[in-house]
Amino acid sequence: MSDRAMAANVAVPETVGDYLTHVFAVADAEIRKLRHDPWEVFSRAVQPLLWLVLFGEVMARVRGITSGNERYLDFLAPGILAQSVLFVSIFYGISAIWERDLGVLHRYMVSPAPRSALVLGKALSSGVRALTQALMVYLCAYVLGVQLDISPIHVAIVVLLIALGSGLFSTFSLIIACIVITRERFMGIGQVLTMPIFFASNAIYPIALMPGWLKAIASANPLTYEVDGLRAMMLAGGQSVFGLGIDFLALIVAFAVFVAIATLMYPRLTR
Amino acid sequence: MPSAVVETENLTRQFGHVAAVNGVTFTVEAGEIFGLIGPNGAGKSTLIKMLTTMLPPSSGRALVAGFDVAKAPEQVRKHIGYVPQLLSSDRELTGYENLLLSARLYLIPRAERQKRIEDALAMMGLGAVRDRMVRDYSGGMLRRLEIAQSMLHRPAILFMDEPTVGLDPGGRFTVWEHVRALNRDLGSAVVLTTHYMDEAEELCHRVAVIQGGRLRAIGTPKELTAKYAPGATLDAVYRALTETEGSIP
Repeated sequence: MSDRAMAANVAVPETVGDYLTHVFAVADAEIRKLRHDPWEVFSRAVQPLLWLVLFGEVMARVRGITSGNERYLDFLAPGILAQSVLFVSIFYGISAIWERDLGVLHRYMVSPAPRSALVLGKALSSGVRALTQALMVYLCAYVLGVQLDISPIHVAIVVLLIALGSGLFSTFSLIIACIVITRERFMGIGQVLTMPIFFASNAIYPIALMPGWLKAIASANPLTYEVDGLRAMMLAGGQSVFGLGIDFLALIVAFAVFVAIATLMYPRLTR
Repeated sequence: MPSAVVETENLTRQFGHVAAVNGVTFTVEAGEIFGLIGPNGAGKSTLIKMLTTMLPPSSGRALVAGFDVAKAPEQVRKHIGYVPQLLSSDRELTGYENLLLSARLYLIPRAERQKRIEDALAMMGLGAVRDRMVRDYSGGMLRRLEIAQSMLHRPAILFMDEPTVGLDPGGRFTVWEHVRALNRDLGSAVVLTTHYMDEAEELCHRVAVIQGGRLRAIGTPKELTAKYAPGATLDAVYRALTETEGSIP
């Protein structure tokens, strides 16, 4: 081996600017694809609307889900927003499998972009995608008479919460994709995962109503913290149960753990 | 003195008990067009995957552009281009957007990006279709876009996995011309796998025959024919080296 190679066989970390260029390159490509074919985003906005209108209007007549004078629809709207973001993000991994089957992923894997930058770029694009969902839920909630808080700072925090939630679940989905590798298996697992994540959370009923064992699961579920933060920021006079700081902390920790795992597992897809 | 851009030493990859690549040692010199030939399942793709850092070797060693694929994969990736057998362009983006993505992934400075992209489009004859979605490209256009993407950062070495599979004769000829031009004008070494013996004979300075994960022969097409099938073509060499006894000729 030459001296040159000996000297250079040391990993040199990228500068922050280069790293961000890599993250942005991946996210930008995804967002351009969305712009070429925006139909998908709108079709996906239908489901949360149905939940609010059909489920929400009926459940609003059930006494005892929410306390005192809180309207159930107000309680439900942030939960449905988080749910719609979850449902879109959790199937994100299928696009990674799709890219693998087509060969697009190989191009990313032989490029000098660090794996973590690829994972973060995908997560970021998923967050941008989720924002269109938020817009639809806000509009629908407004029409249904939900008391929304539209102060710019609170809306900005909602955007952050949604981007984090979406990034988190899309990265979780990527990890699943790296484990199962085929589309068929992924579809099965995706269906199985969404239900417990959704129902073992505070999205459509408060944790206080749950039996102890379910409370414990819900408290470890990142979706619970996303919904809790959204309730505080999205609704006029909204209250957080855990406190916004705890909500963000829980989401950031979960996101960081998922990104770390996905970074290690992503290259498995092209082996 | 030419320096080696690829140097392997007993390079091996096991999948369970099967060695897909088994103790392969060879070198590719700078500026060379090097062909890997062998039947399906011979280990060509596994070898390329190791050299492009997608698959870690089980044992042995490989230096690419002077860097160890196992110890400094990030450094290797900066110096290589790769045209996979499966096409890697994103069909939901335009040709231009695909090149922009590559330019960013390879950290081509912002000031140079546009010029490099325009040059690559012009060189590959894709200027007229730059803003068309890649899903509407013909097979030949796709291959040329792939080559443009993989060469944008002027790599020291370009890996191509069956670069002309499925193309009509005109398309194949065009790809050959482009590979030669890149090799000549940018000085990039090229390592390609192929099933077409005329391609290997026509395009490659040297050829390695691989079968059962092992290197069976290596040399210029002329050297190989002289040694294994005097007076015949590379086709005869290939058959002599890869066919086991009892198989139907």
